[in-house]
Formats: sequence, structure tokens, C-alpha cells
Amino acid sequence: MQKKLILAALATAFGMSATASNAASDGGTLQAVTDKGFVQCGVTGGVRGFSAPDADNNWSGLEVDFCRALGAAIFDDVDAVRYTPLTSTERFAALSSGEIDVLSRTTTWTMTRDTSLGINFVGVMFYDGQGFMVRKSDGIDSAFDLDGASVCIEAGTTTELNAADFFSSNDIAVNTVVFEEQDEVIQAYQDGRCDVFTTDSSALAAERLSLEDPGAHVILSEIISKEPLGPSVRQGDDAWFNLNRWVYFLLLNAEELGVTQANVDEMLASDNPAIKRLLGVEGTYGDMIGVSNDWGYRIIKALGNYGEMYERHVGPQTEIGIARGVNALWTDGGIQYAPPVR
Amino acid sequence: MAKTTSNSSNSVSVVRSEMAPDMPPPIRTDGIVAWLRSNLFNSVSNSILTILSVLMIYYALSALIGYVVADAIWQGTTGTDCRVEGSGMCWPYIFNKLDFFIYGFYPDTEYWRPNIAFAIGAVLLFLLATPRIPGKMIWGFLFLIVYPVVTFFLINGGGFTGLVEVPTEKWGGLMLTLVVAVTGIVASFPLGILLALGRRSKMPMMRSVCVVFIELWRGVPLITVLFMASVMLPLFLPEGTNFDKLVRALVGVTLFTAAYTAEVVRGGLQAVDKGQYEAADALGLNYAQATTLIILPQALKMVIPGIVNNSISLFKDTTLVSIVGLVDILGAVRAASASQGWTAPTIPITGYFFAAAVFWVFTFAMSRYSQYMERQLDTGHKS
Repeated sequence: MQKKLILAALATAFGMSATASNAASDGGTLQAVTDKGFVQCGVTGGVRGFSAPDADNNWSGLEVDFCRALGAAIFDDVDAVRYTPLTSTERFAALSSGEIDVLSRTTTWTMTRDTSLGINFVGVMFYDGQGFMVRKSDGIDSAFDLDGASVCIEAGTTTELNAADFFSSNDIAVNTVVFEEQDEVIQAYQDGRCDVFTTDSSALAAERLSLEDPGAHVILSEIISKEPLGPSVRQGDDAWFNLNRWVYFLLLNAEELGVTQANVDEMLASDNPAIKRLLGVEGTYGDMIGVSNDWGYRIIKALGNYGEMYERHVGPQTEIGIARGVNALWTDGGIQYAPPVR
Repeated sequence: MAKTTSNSSNSVSVVRSEMAPDMPPPIRTDGIVAWLRSNLFNSVSNSILTILSVLMIYYALSALIGYVVADAIWQGTTGTDCRVEGSGMCWPYIFNKLDFFIYGFYPDTEYWRPNIAFAIGAVLLFLLATPRIPGKMIWGFLFLIVYPVVTFFLINGGGFTGLVEVPTEKWGGLMLTLVVAVTGIVASFPLGILLALGRRSKMPMMRSVCVVFIELWRGVPLITVLFMASVMLPLFLPEGTNFDKLVRALVGVTLFTAAYTAEVVRGGLQAVDKGQYEAADALGLNYAQATTLIILPQALKMVIPGIVNNSISLFKDTTLVSIVGLVDILGAVRAASASQGWTAPTIPITGYFFAAAVFWVFTFAMSRYSQYMERQLDTGHKS
């Protein structure tokens, strides 16, 4: 009690009033967000391509763009978002205590997290998974050609187990060289002590950039483990969950229908009923999730579709350069698939 | 007797009759050579140690200067320019990200606001810290009471100020480090003195409250305090109240530091001679008068090194706020190393070098000032 009094006194002294948490309001998270005028979004404190400061000192990245899409859908303003950089230990507590409205922070969707932490995963923004990096000069283009290679791995991690499973189940004989620390692994790979370096593919792409000559190394397309990364929200607020989920689906649907940031204005006049529904020309799909009916138009106009976001932050044209792979739409051989807006 | 006898055969004159032999010139007793000789090379072991030390300093310095200056990259616009084999620090990265390191996510059109706040703080601190300048009560009041309020409204804006509101989430970099450190140091000091007096109080209730408070906060690592404040506290508070994250961290840091300051001050109180207390009583001073006029001035003077030690340690500990997601200078350095366009192998090390240099400059200044104050306040008790 005394501590609380001190806190209250100090907070008053600093001119800050206790702000109403969204969790408490009767109208749910969406009502609370609308009232305060911004979405509070939990992000990572710096992961290349996913969330990092850009040249103008604003948060930018694939996961940041999801929060901006929420801002666009609710307020028609991608900047109506406040960011809370979170560490991996405090992220779930921050979400369940109502400090943030949505957690969009390289979080792997697992059964334990989904069922026991009081959170719901909205979807998968990025299908990560363990991959392999080799030297271009070795001329290897598939993980199935690695027979006889030596592989650098960090000891005692799931990475090591995944690799062992993959190689033994595919009858590939490799020599594993095990190190205690990730830094040692990358150093050993750089020094030529092994032919292959393996870890999660997004980390692989980032590590590649810290090598002396990134262009001399290539990441193979095979992914051997499942690390689906996606945003999550508090359990028990279905309206807010639906909004988040459909913002994510909208980004995928827009790409599937060929609606881009550049052509969205022309697409308003499209005859395709699916596009009409998507952009709010027809139907009241915005009402169903508690936002304006042109929510789709707003998001695409401001940020583009999922594919554009991907290309902008992590795609092959960026520094980090991760190929679409499984993150391509189902129509392009990937597994990103969204139910229709109908 | 025999000696006199034997000499008596010669002349008895006491005046020397031949020139004394030439002596070698005396070893110089002043100048740099003499100093070197008597201090660095006065014995074989000392000479060996001197040479070894000089070699060590040479290797360390040449490596450092090589990395920071000679082999460093000075020109460029992206990380690619720093991708040179065997190169040192990537200075273009520092130049490019300097505003981020200093202000964090603070909007760049509003940089003048923290700048003015810094400037006012520096002027007030100078007025307060220079012994020759009179009016310490006024400066102290302005710096300790008025300045924090003004700074808050200036940097945060919003409300009646008519300035664009910049929420604390956007505060960052060196600015945030200074906010946390200055608040922690300034706010914990009076609290620490009160706790120290309370712990030596004759009132049992008062004493036990202070003892429990001090021992509780001293017994917990700062990282735990911050973590509790940031993660656990919101879960305990009734739903609907949510304190600003920065305020929670500031309160945690202040209470933590106050416990340490209290023990330092208590050391000073105990070192004041019993006769001083008795003399104060004999003069008919009451407790408040005796404490503020006789005891505290002497006690605080003695614990200046301890207090500065605390402050320096707190200043460096502010980096721990980055684990609760506040982007202090270290957090900014970490976040910036993942930003697009800067991907050379030397980028992360460059950032850490910069942060280390900034911390060193501030802590070294604090330590020099405390030595200056000790000399100023020295009344001859120190040997």
C-alpha cells in the first residue's frame, strides 16, 4: 500500500496521470484504443528487417508494419501507433497486463504459448525455420547435396537436434563441428573450418551480413524446422482478436488479388467482386470488425499488401535478402493462405 | 696522540697545499632526467617494471589509436564503405546515427526542446557547483525543485504548454540516460539522508521502518527491482491503472539508490565525533538545528567520495533500463546496429566503443569534480 502511495505521489509529481488500461474498459480493447487515439504495439529492440530504427529514427520493419496496418485500419493514420520495445522475457507479461495492445515481436507460435499464457496468435507474418548457409564457390544448391560436408553447429540447442534429425532421416553423412557459442560458430565458418553454417534462416541472413564478404555466401532454400513468427493479442477479447486477424488476412488477400499500393486507386473501379469487397466498395465488412468500411483501401494505400511489405523489409532486394520461399502465397507455391473477405 | 706525532714531522699548516683531484660531475638533482633516475630507474627491479609498463602502455595505446583513428574509416555514407578488410572503427556510422544515439526516437523537429533543457541544466549545475558563486539556496531550489518540472513539461510537451506531445516511449538515447541518472541521483539524495537519520533515530518504530526499507532494497539486485517495476507491478495494480513505464523505472532506480546513499551517509554520521553531538546539545540546539547546522555538514563532507562513488555506479547502472525496454544510449546503440544500410562487420563494435567513450567522459568528469570539492571543503582533518 505504502509503495503504491509513493508511486502515486511520484507519478503526480512528474505530471503524469494514471492512464486507463484498455483491458479494464467495458468496450474492450478496440474501444480503449479508439479512446486513447493510438495502438500500443510491443516490438523487438532491434532485429534487422523485422523491427529496427530507420534512417529517420522511426521504427520500421515487417512486424512494425503490422502495427502500422492496425493504425491505418482504425485511425486511417499509420503513425497512430506507439511502440514499446520489449525483451523476450517481459513480452508476454506486457501483453497480459494491458501495457500493450498487440505483441508483434518475432514470437514463435507454439502450443504451450497459445494455450497457457492467456494470449492468442493472430497469424503468421513470417514462416521462419532452420536453414543452411554455404560458400558460393562450393557450388551447392540444395541441402540434399550436403553429403560429406562438415557442418558448424552451436552445442546443446534445438538447432543441433533439428540438424541431426534432418541428416539422419535423409541418409546424408556429414561431420558436425560443435561450438559453445554462436559467435564461435560463425567465426569457425568464416575461417573455413566447416563448409556449412546452420541456424534459423532469418538469423542466418543477418549473420551473413556480418561476414567479411557476404556476397560469397548463399543461403539454401531448404528449411528443416518450424518457427512461425506472428503477432499475438490478449485472450478473451474476440472483437480485438478478429480485427487483428482480418487485418492480417487482408494483407494476404490484397496480394492474392493483385491489389498494390500503386494500383489501389484504379482497383476501386474494378469489376471483380472480391476486390470490391476487399476495398470496401461493396458490403459492410469494416462494420463487422468495428472499423470504417474502407479499412482495406486505407491499409493498402498506406502500406501496400503483404508481398510489398515483405519485399520492402526482408525480401531479396533488401540487405537481409530472404527469398519468399514458404512465405509466398499458396498460389505461388508457398503456404501463406487467407480465408476470403466475403 | 700517535697520529699527531706522526704528522708533526710534516708541516703543521691546515691549508691544503696541492689541488684536490677532479671529481666526476654531480648527478643532476633536478630536471626530467634526475626525476626519471630517482623515480623510475632507481633499482634493477624498478627499471624492469618501468620498461614492462611502458611496453604494455605502448601496445595497448597503439592498438587503440590504430583502431579508433589510424585504421578507422572516416568517409562514407553507408555500411558498405566500412567493409574494408582490417579496418577499424566505422566513424560514418557514428556521424549518421549520432542524433539517434543522443535523442533516440525523439522527433527531430523537436530536438530544440531537450537541447534547451540540457542547457538550462548545465547552467544551473554550474551555478550550483562552483563554490565562488553566491546564492546557493536559490540555485539549489531552482535545480532540485523547479528544473525537473520545467524539464518534464518541456520534453514531454502536451497539455497547457502548447507544444507537441512527445510521449516517454519516444525518449531515448543519451537523453534518457541522463534523465534516469540525474533523477536517480538527485531524488535519492534527500531520501537517503532521511533514511540514514531514521536508522540512527532513537524512536524504535522509525528506526525499524528505515532498517527494513534499506535492507530490503539493498538486498535486491537493481535488475530485479527494474523487472519488478516493469513487469510485475502492472499485474498487481488494479486493472485500469497503468503508470508510465519510465516513471516506474525512475521510482525503482531512486528507491534503490536511496538505500545505498543512506548507508553511505550513515557512515558519515557515525564518524562525527560524539563531542559534536554533545556540544550541540550543550548549546541548546534542538534536533533539527543540531542535525542541519552541526552534524550533517561535517558528516556529508566526509562521505563525498562515497556519494560520488554511488552516483558513478548509478550512472553506469542506468544501462540496465534497456532490459525493461527503455531505449537508453546502450539500447540505442544496439537497436541502431540492426538498422538498414549499416551492415559492416565493424558496426556493432563501433557502437559499443562510442557508448563506452560517452560513459567514460561523464563518469570521469564526476570523479574530477568530487576531488575538487574535497579540496575545497578540506578543513585539515584529512592527512
